[in-house]
Amino acid sequence: MKHALVVDDSAVIRKVACRIMEGLAMRTTEAEDGQQALMACRREMPDVVLLDWNMPVMDGYEFLKALRKMPGGKAPKVVFCTTENDVACIARAMHAGADEYVMKPFDRETMTAKLQEVGVV
Amino acid sequence: MITEAEFAFLRAFLKQRSGLDLGPEKRYLAESRLRPLCRDAGLGSLGELVRKLRSGEDRGLADAAVVAMATHETMFFRDRTPFETLRTDILPRLVEARSELRRLRIWSAAASTGQEAYSVAMIVQEMGLPAAGWTIEILGTDISPSAVERARAGTYSTFEVQRGLPVRHLLDHFSQAGTDWTISPALRSAVEFRVLNLLRDFGGLGTFDVILCRNLAIYLDAPTKTALFERLARVLAPDGALCLGTSETVLGYTRTLVADPERRGFFLHATAAAQPERAYLAG
Ligand SMILES: C[S@@+](CC[C@H](N)C(=O)[O-])C[C@H]1O[C@@H](n2cnc3c(N)ncnc32)[C@H](O)[C@@H]1O
Repeated sequence: MKHALVVDDSAVIRKVACRIMEGLAMRTTEAEDGQQALMACRREMPDVVLLDWNMPVMDGYEFLKALRKMPGGKAPKVVFCTTENDVACIARAMHAGADEYVMKPFDRETMTAKLQEVGVV
Repeated sequence: MITEAEFAFLRAFLKQRSGLDLGPEKRYLAESRLRPLCRDAGLGSLGELVRKLRSGEDRGLADAAVVAMATHETMFFRDRTPFETLRTDILPRLVEARSELRRLRIWSAAASTGQEAYSVAMIVQEMGLPAAGWTIEILGTDISPSAVERARAGTYSTFEVQRGLPVRHLLDHFSQAGTDWTISPALRSAVEFRVLNLLRDFGGLGTFDVILCRNLAIYLDAPTKTALFERLARVLAPDGALCLGTSETVLGYTRTLVADPERRGFFLHATAAAQPERAYLAG
């Protein structure tokens, strides 16, 4: 069973995202910010990370850069899920090592297609 | 149950956020789609959800509500596999078969707001065909004038533009204008959109090498399906391919066309299937 780490400071978004991932036969772990997410990755490297950008403590962009430097941190597919919808932000995220980028609002079809695109489903 | 005023708010809310237009008769649909969100958010009733959305204090909740209500009309690269099959298999074979003529005609027959036709245009461009001097005509038609108008404009909301579209394609083929995204001039000029009712005569359009008629037949009754498939067959090149939606088939409606045994979702002239050397299936 693949393991998804859902990182978002909104409890509702985490819940919705987890529901989508569980519907795709994945188990999920939640984190409220980048720091919590890094700790989760140290415990167990997930197969895929759904990552919000703007979060307190440590944002998604900083998390991504730190993750890619960790041992084994190149392996997880990282899909940004964020309200940041500026083309410059998207390009920055991809440059920092994101695999896909989803702008909120998104739905199950969008997410599923993106996950197929990066090869986790 | 939600009140008429609450439903009116939800429609306006959805339209403003996603560009999606929930019909006035879709109240029940909206209710059933929002109920799971109510549960997830720990809200007691749909009325309470609407009050929270109106207050605008919870962004996460607002986004989730749009997602829950969206009507899933069309998307880029819908179902993914048929477009992969086009790119890696059907188009290369047709290109080989037309190497003298250097011309292909592709028709998205129920094009809706254009995502299907533009998906094909992206594939064709990435295959390098126009650059190599090929004439690739891509026609998109739909019965809905407003859908055709939107298709021609090639402008999509953030929600629409990423449904099915890999971010790489978004960066390569779109430019951003506020919260909207517009398809590149090169792709826009590669596709022509026209209003057309498929129940009327379309013989004047000429012959096509590939016809996509996806997710329309499911809404038609059996005799209408039969008539449509047979009329599509008449404008499909002898070695051409018809692509239907994932849950659609010609089986049981016509014998003029048969399912391509190798490629799911694609259909060929029965005569071509009987003589593989005449069809694109000749490897
Ligand atoms: C569900 S959409 C499918 C869009 C796209 N082909 C896809 O698969 O995503 C069906 C489209 O068929 C159009 N349509 C319905 N009846 C039609 C007719 N008689 N002639 C042409 N288009 C029609 C509708 O306006 C709508 O845009």
